[in-house]
Order: sequence, then structure tokens, then C-alpha cells
Amino acid sequence: MENGMENVTPIIQTRNLVLHYGSFQALKGIDMDILPQEVTAFIGPSGCGKSTFLKTLNRMQDLIPNVRIDGKVTFHGRDIFDKEVDVTWLRQKIGMVFQKPNPFPMSIYDNIAYGPRLHGHPSRAQLDEIVERTLRGAALWDEVKDRLKKSALGLSGGQQQRMCIARAMAVNPEVILMDEPTSALDPASTMKIEELMTELKKEYTVVIVTHNMQQAARISDKCAFFLVGELIEMGPTEDVFSRPKDKRTEDYITGRFG
Amino acid sequence: MKSKSRAFWDVFRNGIVYVAAAVTMLLLVGIIGYVLIKGIPELSWSLISSVPSVIRGVEGILPYILNTVYIILLSLLIVLPLGVGAAIYLTEYAQNKKLIRIIEFTTETLAGIPSIIYGLVGMLIFCQRLGFQSSLLAGSCTLVIMTLPTIIRTTQESLKAVPESYREGALGLGATKWRMIRTIILPCSADGILTGCILAIGRIVGESAALLFTAGAGKVVADNIIEAYTRSGATLSVGLYLSAFEEGNFDVAWAIAALLLIMVLLINSAARIVRAKAAKKQ
Repeated sequence: MENGMENVTPIIQTRNLVLHYGSFQALKGIDMDILPQEVTAFIGPSGCGKSTFLKTLNRMQDLIPNVRIDGKVTFHGRDIFDKEVDVTWLRQKIGMVFQKPNPFPMSIYDNIAYGPRLHGHPSRAQLDEIVERTLRGAALWDEVKDRLKKSALGLSGGQQQRMCIARAMAVNPEVILMDEPTSALDPASTMKIEELMTELKKEYTVVIVTHNMQQAARISDKCAFFLVGELIEMGPTEDVFSRPKDKRTEDYITGRFG
Repeated sequence: MKSKSRAFWDVFRNGIVYVAAAVTMLLLVGIIGYVLIKGIPELSWSLISSVPSVIRGVEGILPYILNTVYIILLSLLIVLPLGVGAAIYLTEYAQNKKLIRIIEFTTETLAGIPSIIYGLVGMLIFCQRLGFQSSLLAGSCTLVIMTLPTIIRTTQESLKAVPESYREGALGLGATKWRMIRTIILPCSADGILTGCILAIGRIVGESAALLFTAGAGKVVADNIIEAYTRSGATLSVGLYLSAFEEGNFDVAWAIAALLLIMVLLINSAARIVRAKAAKKQ
């Protein structure tokens, strides 16, 4: 599958990626190049494998029993399934934001500091700096700066999700994977997070799964359409939406199924 | 006619339910009241703080109280890491579903075995085979086995109640599995583990049969910790039995009974409070 015309080295590449849950084949040989400093969106009907594919990229699939993965995934050219690769390092470099906001039951400050504390022994001053920087980055600082020591569970859903984005940013990832990050949120919170994406891609590579096509069209540079475990089409978002090459993509985008 | 007989049966059924409830209440209040009325007048500071001596004609239950505390401490010290560790293994690590089910089934069975059997086995293994003699150490070891199912069960339940999303969140930030367990899972299940501890303490305080076999009937106050655990010693419950049946001293027996009852009431309310707090948090 051709990605685009640019001459940029992909940050993540997959080649013939096949994934089985037991005997069920969830991914049927995916080839994809994900370019740095872009927002790549995965779209497709439920059960098409887009979330499964996303979770393979930072090996969150390892958590599920009976998963078998064949094929290749590279990050900066390195095979992520190589025995030498430390999965904690990989997940630090490729962070994740989940479908439902999942703040830990601790203060906002400790939530953000959780990651940095995992990967080193930051000083109080360093942590203060990280907390402020990431919360500002997630457009949440002004709303929570006076209640950093309060439980994160007291935040609204949208605030929680932005805090989770800040928490993911706090470990200095290069890639942030987002698995339908706005599906549990109200429209106003969704808009805030969408605005955030355009900011995020200045520093990070963002990969987002969404079942909201308008969202994909609004925020992404590249768009990939999945259908029953296959990558049907991928390209610049504009092209995919205005001049889909594949009939199935066109049918999905025009709302004929899904 | 039909409706009349139905009305009669309605009244009859309701009557049975009310009578059952009333009898239960009466029994409960009766027993608690009787024990407290008989026992509390016998409870005195000198009784609680004295070592009994036949020669000097002194009555006292201090050794029983101390032995109870010692046995609670040592049993918890052993059973907590063991039980919490086993629960963590079963919920977080074990992959083999069949094995998990077998272990869960055996721990459940363990919980239902009459305590006198534990006493017999404890006596054969700890007192004789391992050479602990009749001692608080042997008694504690026996109680560890008896309370293990409680600790495993309550810990497992609270571990399972920790949302999967917390695990994903921590692992997604690059936490190792153990780090995630230590920093997220265990703090979240602290209430459940505490409840298990309290229930275990209740079981230990109330146990007599198993301890008669393994911890013996000593009623002296040891000079040091090592002596305390290597000597035989009776807990309050065993002391109650000894006072009543061996010495025929029912005044002391009632005093101990009242003390035990108060302790158990306190322990159970503590467990309730912790549980309610945990439920509120969720």
C-alpha cells in the first residue's frame, strides 16, 4: 500500500502483519507506513481490526491471552518483537490514550508524575515542571492548577481524558496512540481534544482510531480505511475522502454501510 | 371460599416469618445479654492484669490475653505475605485456567474443614514432625493454614475489583507488571486486604479446638519473645475452656466470655466499617 509522495522516513512500519485471536484471524496481512509528525487516522466499521492493529503497535496485545502475531512491526527500523526490545521502553516511546478515560485513583499531580517516576528518579522541581508543561500541553492547566493535589476522579470526563493525554506526554513519547479517545465524551470536550491534536502533532506522531468519519476528516493528515481485518486503502485524508480509489472505501465514506 | 383459604395461608406464612425473626432476635439478644450480664461484673482490672497462681490464690487472665495477641501477630505476619502473594499470583499471573480453578476449589474446601482436624494435622506436623512441641509457634502455624483461605479469598476479590483500565493505563506508560501491581493494584485493594485481616483476627480469637492440640494450655507470662513463642500458651478462647472444664472456675470463664464477645463485636464492626468505606469509594 502506497502511503504518499513524501520522502520522509516512516517512524513505524508494518509488513504483512497477521494477528490471530485463537483461531480467529483479526488482521490479515497489514502493510503500513506511519510518518512522523503527522496525525494518522484509522477508520472502518466496528470489528474491522483498527483497534487491534493500533494496540499491536506498542505491544499492548501482549496482555491478551491466546494472541498470535506474525509479520513485522518496526519502530525506527527496529523490530518491536525482537527479544532485545524492552517492552517498557517501547511503551514509553509509544504512549497510549484509551477509549474511556482511565485516571488512576490518585491526585492529578501523582497521575502525571506516575510515568516519570517509573522511568527515573525525577526531583520535585523536575516533576513540578513536567506536570505544568504537560497539563498546559493538554490545554488543562488553567482548569486544574489550583487542585493538582485533588483526586483525578473528581474531574469531568473530558478533563479526565485530557489529563490522560498529559499523562501520556509526561514520559516523553515520540508516538501517541489514541483508541477512540472521544467516543465517551460530550461534543464540547470532543472539540477541545480535536483542537489539541493539531497542537500535538507539532511534537508527536499521533495515531488515532475513530469511528467518527467527520473527526478523521477534520484532524488527520493521513487516513487508513480498514475492513474485516484488511487495510483497504490509505493515503492523504483529503484524497481518501474526496477521491477514494477503492469502491468499498467509497461505500463506507458515503455511508452505505458501517 | 378459595380466597378465604388463601388469606389464611397468607397470614400463616407471614406469621411463620415473623416468629422466626422474633426467635432469632430473642436468641441473639438473649445470648449476648446473658454473657454480658454474667461476665461483665467479673471483669476487673486485677483479673485482666494478673498472672494466675494457685499457690497465691490469684485469679488472672493476663497470660491468655498476651498469648492471644502474640498468636494474632505471628499468624498475620506469616499468613499475609503468603495469602496476598497467592492471590496476586492467581489473579495477575496464572494463565492456566484449570490450575486456577483447582487451587480456588482447594482453598474453598480448606475453609470448610472443621477446625479440630486442623488441630490434629497441626499437632502431627508442627508439634511432632517439625519438633515445635506444644507452642504458640505451632499454634500460629496451624492458624496460618486455617486463615489462609480467608486472606486469599478477600484479597482475590478486591484484586478482581480493580478496573482493567488501571492496569492498561499503567502498562501503557511503560510500567513493568510488578511495578503496576505494587503502585496501582495493591493500593487499590488495601481495603479488601484489611477486611481479610480483620476476619482472620476474628477467626484466630475465636479458635479453640485447633489451639488446644497445638498451642497447649500454658498460662505464664514469658520473659522474652523467643520464650513466648516456643512455650505452650493458652489464648482467651482456650482459657475459657480451661477455666470452665478443668478448673471449674465459672466466674473467670464468664469474664473471658464477656471479653471475647466484646472483642468479636468490635472486630466485626471494624470489618463492616472498612467494607462500607471501600464500597463508598467505588
